[in-house]
Amino acid sequence: MSLDVSEVEKIAHLARLGIDEKDVPEYALNLSNILDLVEQMSAVDTSGVEPMAHPLELAQRLRADVVTEADQRERFQENAPKVEDGLFLVPQVIE
Amino acid sequence: MHTKTVAELSAGLQQGDFSSTELTQAYLARIKDKGDELNCFVTVTADQALLAAAAADQLRSDGKAGPLTGIPMAHKDIFCTKGVKTSCGSKMLDNFIAPYNASVVERLNEVGMVMLGKTNMDEFAMGSSNETSYYGSVKNPWDLKAVPGGSSGGSAVVVAAQIAPISTGTDTGGSIRQPAALCGITGLKPTYGRVSRYGMIAFASSLDQAGPMARSAEDAAMMLNAMAGFDVRDSTCVDKEVPDYTANLADSLQGLKIGIPKEFFGEGLDAGVADVVQAALKEYENLGAELVDISLPNSGLSVPTYYVVAPAECSSNLSRFDGVRFGYRCDNPVDLEDLYKRSRGEGFGPEVKRRIMIGAYALSAGYYDAYYLKAQKCRRLISDDFKKAYEKVDVIMGPTAPSTAFNIGEKSDDPVTMYLSDIYTIAVNLAGLPGMSIPAGLVDGRPVGLQIIGNYFEESRLLNVAHQFQQATDFHKNVPKAYK
Repeated sequence: MSLDVSEVEKIAHLARLGIDEKDVPEYALNLSNILDLVEQMSAVDTSGVEPMAHPLELAQRLRADVVTEADQRERFQENAPKVEDGLFLVPQVIE
Repeated sequence: MHTKTVAELSAGLQQGDFSSTELTQAYLARIKDKGDELNCFVTVTADQALLAAAAADQLRSDGKAGPLTGIPMAHKDIFCTKGVKTSCGSKMLDNFIAPYNASVVERLNEVGMVMLGKTNMDEFAMGSSNETSYYGSVKNPWDLKAVPGGSSGGSAVVVAAQIAPISTGTDTGGSIRQPAALCGITGLKPTYGRVSRYGMIAFASSLDQAGPMARSAEDAAMMLNAMAGFDVRDSTCVDKEVPDYTANLADSLQGLKIGIPKEFFGEGLDAGVADVVQAALKEYENLGAELVDISLPNSGLSVPTYYVVAPAECSSNLSRFDGVRFGYRCDNPVDLEDLYKRSRGEGFGPEVKRRIMIGAYALSAGYYDAYYLKAQKCRRLISDDFKKAYEKVDVIMGPTAPSTAFNIGEKSDDPVTMYLSDIYTIAVNLAGLPGMSIPAGLVDGRPVGLQIIGNYFEESRLLNVAHQFQQATDFHKNVPKAYK
């Protein structure tokens, strides 16, 4: 399996990762090598095998739909790059 | 004082030979003396440690001290620590001050342990050599040219160099056991769900598990006692009684059945490492155990399967780092997409980017069945191999890593070669089983780890099996010359 430069650019866009143009060929090479490694799975017949999502096969626990956390907005926003009036600021989205 | 085990320090505190404040001062002095050359800490919390030590001494004089009260320790910088920088080894979180404590941190605080600082690690726990850290490579105390392993390299080094008596690590594909092996210490990855993941920065949520990194199995048992247990804040944490992990350490190994998987001794295993592991198995026979040949026929699939499952989960988990709510933000973004792309592009290192992209690719439309679903099916086959094996044997043993510590820079240019250093540890995470690495000797001055894999929730048995070996041998007492 080999990925070309345009495929790497597409994946980087899907993952919202900015990659320098000069680095894309190296990513293409490394990612292709990793996919070659992963490709070894195809040698095994897995028809009829139930996919395994969780090691202990447990069901998700549910809890009552009630408030359990206090409002700590100010404390959490201390880590935010830009806030105003309790809101997270980003570049303008709507004209 | 720094040469003592946690068990010995605990006795010393109890007898009043020294106070926690004196002990903490001694370790802080050692960190000052030796920490920088090993690059093992991201943050040292000296002031906070002395306050915690004073509080521990107070608890003791009030008659409320437990076995771990006043014992210094170090946390991997993946655990959120309230009011303290929690970087996860990444530029992305270089400015992040955790607003709350991870459950593991909270539990160890509650029993009165004293945090000395936060240890260096591979960026977001993605790496097997500690070279992917934003803060630079950690050095192996056995040879400063060598890597300590990863991703919990800093946590392994502080214990190996006797800079902290014990530490926490996390293990997604071998990140406790492999650095424990390469640094010559004892590391335990518990059963998936045994220890809460709350506040432990997520890499691959169906694989991540926290555990102790220590000088001996006895020390690891003591700290696991405080770490393990149900937590309502982690939906995958298992509600199951926690036994006293120190209770069965002294049990005899007479009649213990040890499975030896032939797949762990094939091509790719360094001959010197193989000899050391064989000698350790011989020692187990002397202790009354029986070696049983077994096969884990699908174990060859573990590395390929892992490099779909783990990146897929990581690409989802790491989508939270968007430059908006916390963490790194790029300068002067022109629009929202530019903000996302440049914050993530500048904030993450190359290995993290590779894994996010592999995951995004494996989960993308048209590829999901061929990669992710296929990997989940292979995961079942790998897991079923262990289930069959445990019908015949009590524990499984083999090497932890295929070689001793390699040199810094030796594998960092080739991700696939690096991935193969976890070839014996990854299957254990995919199956969710508990596993340990204990020191078994040296090859050319570098440590070799013996891996012990147990059945689900059999941490007590693993610790007993490890402890009996450590009663009969002195390999775990080896300390690198410059750090004695």
